[in-house]
Amino acid sequence: MTMFPRNTLRTTVLLAASATALAACSKKAPEELPPPPAPAEVQEETTAEPSGPVVGTQQHFENAVGSSTTIYFDTDRFNVDSADAAALQEQAQYFARFPQLTFTIEGHADERGTREYNLALGERRANAAKNYLVSLGVGTDRIRTISYGKERPVALASNEAAWAQNRRAASVIIN
Amino acid sequence: MKPTLLALSLFAAAFSAAAFAQSEDLSEPLGEGGPVETTGVEASGEEADQGGLSFTVTDESDWTDIGVAIPAFATDRDQPTPANADGTGALGREVARVITANLRNNGLFKPVGPDSLPQPSFGQITAPSWGSWSGRGAEMLVHGYVRARDDDRLVVGCYLYDVALQDELIREGWVVRPADWRRAAHKCSDLIYARLTGESPFFDSRIAYIAETGPKDNRVKRLAVMDSDGANHRFLTLGSATALTPRYSPDYSKIMYLSYVDGNPRIYVYDIGSGKQQLVTENSNPTLAPRWSPDGRNILFSMAVAGNTDIYRVPVTGGQVVRLTDTPGIDIGGSYSPDGSRIVFESDRSGSQQCYIMNADGSNQRRITFFGGRCATPEWSPRGDQIAFTRIAGDFNISVMNPNGRNLRVLTSGWQDEAPTWAPNGRIIQFFRTERNTGRSGLWQVDLTGRNERRLPTPVDASDPAWGPIRP
Repeated sequence: MTMFPRNTLRTTVLLAASATALAACSKKAPEELPPPPAPAEVQEETTAEPSGPVVGTQQHFENAVGSSTTIYFDTDRFNVDSADAAALQEQAQYFARFPQLTFTIEGHADERGTREYNLALGERRANAAKNYLVSLGVGTDRIRTISYGKERPVALASNEAAWAQNRRAASVIIN
Repeated sequence: MKPTLLALSLFAAAFSAAAFAQSEDLSEPLGEGGPVETTGVEASGEEADQGGLSFTVTDESDWTDIGVAIPAFATDRDQPTPANADGTGALGREVARVITANLRNNGLFKPVGPDSLPQPSFGQITAPSWGSWSGRGAEMLVHGYVRARDDDRLVVGCYLYDVALQDELIREGWVVRPADWRRAAHKCSDLIYARLTGESPFFDSRIAYIAETGPKDNRVKRLAVMDSDGANHRFLTLGSATALTPRYSPDYSKIMYLSYVDGNPRIYVYDIGSGKQQLVTENSNPTLAPRWSPDGRNILFSMAVAGNTDIYRVPVTGGQVVRLTDTPGIDIGGSYSPDGSRIVFESDRSGSQQCYIMNADGSNQRRITFFGGRCATPEWSPRGDQIAFTRIAGDFNISVMNPNGRNLRVLTSGWQDEAPTWAPNGRIIQFFRTERNTGRSGLWQVDLTGRNERRLPTPVDASDPAWGPIRP
């Protein structure tokens, strides 16, 4: 069982806070973004031996980068804009800190596209995120991409706010 | 005896395939009945006049008004048959019901079925009791019989009469396995439809599609098949892996479809007889949008390499993969012209999804759609004269145009109508309609007039219909 050294936890808190700040000032972030997960160290402060999520889990990644695990796209677009770039920089820092990790970028589209085109669009979005991470120094062989097209929405309504949440590339640590 | 041997070997293949099928998300293999044997039937009292129709068909509004009486098919001797627990007499009534439902559900003619008509005797099948039918206002009369042979096979005879002229228009008979009795009813429906309209048949055909269950954010999507009227429904995959976008091969021996069974979106070629499947191409890239060439020898598919999707071609037997498009945009969803010489496909190389045509070797790529909105999922009609597609202009609607991109006609008006597939005769289009918010979907069909639209019954929600050709 891997335990957190105290100084790593402090870094995690700072990263999560800055990610939240970035998301808040982003023009493009969807209106109904889920709140970032509560920092895990609150409980850990009270325990003698902290036992939060371990490195190599999605929870650990989310605790570290907050909502920056996922980037969002405009309709039919796949370009990485400034808000996306900030989120991907958070991810790149995390993966630089844990060079043993490999991960998957899942590309998604909203329901307002045809099924086959959206599969191709999701693949394009996942690759856009991957290419940006590679440009920041993350090894290309650490990143797998997969497209789910419009088959796996996270927001279930049929309106602009839901569609904005579904046009995404989500980095996922599968263990 | 040959057919028995064939059946046994199919069974053996099915048995051996079952063990490993589970890990591939596959159900038991389906097995196909094979061709239906056509047989001569007894001539009616008056020799058939092959000279053409006794009325003039000018347009569809005329022939849809024709009253057709379809009483129960007779039997020479009521015998037990595996096709019906109550014997060949009851089966004859079922055959007439299937024919009546076929004609009624597709908005063809004004059929009256066996449940509201007197039942003719076996002898009257070839010598109709004209007086009793002319009094019922039916212009056309369908008679037929069912006879069980000693080898359990069924002989089904089908006759079409013009009541006013007291004349036989056409007759045909088929020998079918008891399990294939509905195919004889579809063959008879096709005979009637083709004789009265001059169009090619379409009833004796099958549909592959995706059956959907579960909530919007966790849909289970399974490969399924059924007859053109929804009967003989079968699930081909178990649902542990998402299946999408099936296409029947022109000879019904295989189905291509996309599956996430290994965790990635990949096209598999599923062999219906053996229940085995293989990747369309051994490659680590995602493969999408499978399509058959009209002769069944080549497979058209799209592949994403480093995020860029292009259209490729590969022989069914494997071998050289040929890249047909090479633009930086998404090129996907090719569909061959019936003669195999050209391919219509969609591309966003201009900035939005539009439809393009190229030669089968990839040369001479040119955009054909310039009307407002986007053009997606183009499908070339089996007749060659039209291209059906999803028109995206706010909502998604099924539309048709000429192969030169002109004469746009919007046929449907749902919120999200997507992915047209043609009936084998190019007169009817099926598609799937998705409901706003719930994400629930169903199969629908519309004829080329746009007037006859209906939902197809499926056991659960459904999408991605793929209509196969007329069966042999």
